[in-house]
Amino acid sequence: MAKAIEIKRLNKWFGSYQALKDIDLDVSHGERIVICGPSGSGKSTLIRCINSLEHHDSGQITVDNIELNQNKASIAAIGAEVGMVFQQFNLFPHLSVLQNLTLGPMKVRGLTKSEAEERAMRILERVQIPEQAQKQPSELSGGQQQRVAIARSLCMEPKIMLFDEPTSALDPEMIAEVLDVIVDLAEEGMTMIVVTHEMGFARRAADRMVFMDKGEIIEMGAPKDFFEAPKTVRCKTFLNQILQH
Amino acid sequence: MQLRTFSIISLCLLLAGCSSGGAWGWYVIDPTTQQGYNNIRFLLNGFGSTILLSIIAAVLSMCLGLIVALPGMSHNRWVRLPSRIYIEFIRAIPLLPMLFWVFYGLPVILKSMGINANIDAFWGAIITLAISDSAFTAEIYRSGIQSINKGQTEAAKTIGLNYSQTMRYVILPQAIKRILPPLANQFIYIVKMSAFASVIGMQELTRRANELVVTEYRPLEIYTLLILEYLVLVLIISFGVRWLERKMGADESK
Repeated sequence: MAKAIEIKRLNKWFGSYQALKDIDLDVSHGERIVICGPSGSGKSTLIRCINSLEHHDSGQITVDNIELNQNKASIAAIGAEVGMVFQQFNLFPHLSVLQNLTLGPMKVRGLTKSEAEERAMRILERVQIPEQAQKQPSELSGGQQQRVAIARSLCMEPKIMLFDEPTSALDPEMIAEVLDVIVDLAEEGMTMIVVTHEMGFARRAADRMVFMDKGEIIEMGAPKDFFEAPKTVRCKTFLNQILQH
Repeated sequence: MQLRTFSIISLCLLLAGCSSGGAWGWYVIDPTTQQGYNNIRFLLNGFGSTILLSIIAAVLSMCLGLIVALPGMSHNRWVRLPSRIYIEFIRAIPLLPMLFWVFYGLPVILKSMGINANIDAFWGAIITLAISDSAFTAEIYRSGIQSINKGQTEAAKTIGLNYSQTMRYVILPQAIKRILPPLANQFIYIVKMSAFASVIGMQELTRRANELVVTEYRPLEIYTLLILEYLVLVLIISFGVRWLERKMGADESK
């Protein structure tokens, strides 16, 4: 069976700074990957390359047998399968929660308004905030906003979900409600890549851990091995720093 | 607001005070006499042209500005270049020379191309004002659109919206709040600059004042009234802009 995502010798430069160095990563269907590493290690850049928010300079990204290149058709085809959740939520502030959710399905998937709203309400139930549908994003708490953002992605029925530090901008008491939603998704078999520092979540939900530093994948493995017996010094140091708290 | 009301009142008092002096001869526009009444009617009839001219020019300038601004924000420098050149070039041309060029020069070019189009004063003024102003409206659009967080474009992209959908449903509805107030200011500028249309024979406020001065020899009173005419127009727009800003500010704080 083909992989959900195949990444081969991926390189990405920002000017003279190399953000990604020869990244190789395969993700199977239904697999849950957690990427961690110090800031500036290229984690976000890596997942942003997958849905072409950044263009890679060399190497190959294949999502569901579609190779990603500068061709608009490939970008659109992959974009249709990949959902993304941002650290800063990036909800559309001028639209209500419901309108945030129905915009994509109506304009891109061609659903009617009532079909899109029905789907949106179903997904809001899933992230447990159906009562917020008519509100503006600014009236919601951070945790609720991020759940709306997740719901907005799910409304496009993606096969793969990317999470870019989904809880980093949240107050501590709101982190759990967002992680619970992501764990639910994981248990339903969604293929996902999560960039996060929430190691408790990683132990609970990840099939595989990826540790990145300075644009390279340093270590990769099952969470149990990864947390209990990290192989590299850099990874050990990182885990020590982050698990102290 | 109070300051403005105060300054208007004091200006009126000043004028009234002056009128008792020997320098002033308000009879020329005294509505109680037949001649004065006719003169005032003649002058005020310019409002229609000035307003129509300004509105059409402003609408064209807003459309043209958007067309120029959008490619100006492309990541591709070759797409961006024509927009930059247009803005820098148009911004550098003073209005009056451009007006002469459009009114007297453009028909010659059109004729050499086999098009026998006469550009009348009305449309000559509109084209010139619209083009001249579009460089500024383009920059207003650009700054308004670029002030919207990049995350909005990215989020739109991840739910599959294409460029024009992203602009229409996500970016412009948000940018419009920041664009409208400076755009309205630009409208005030157009109203004032429309006075230049008088030199190519457009019968608007300034032209009528000039014509009346030639027959009545009372430049002081007639031009004073002319200034007050523009003042009234601009104040009306200006109040409109404030109302708009308050309304949008209220929206934003929601």
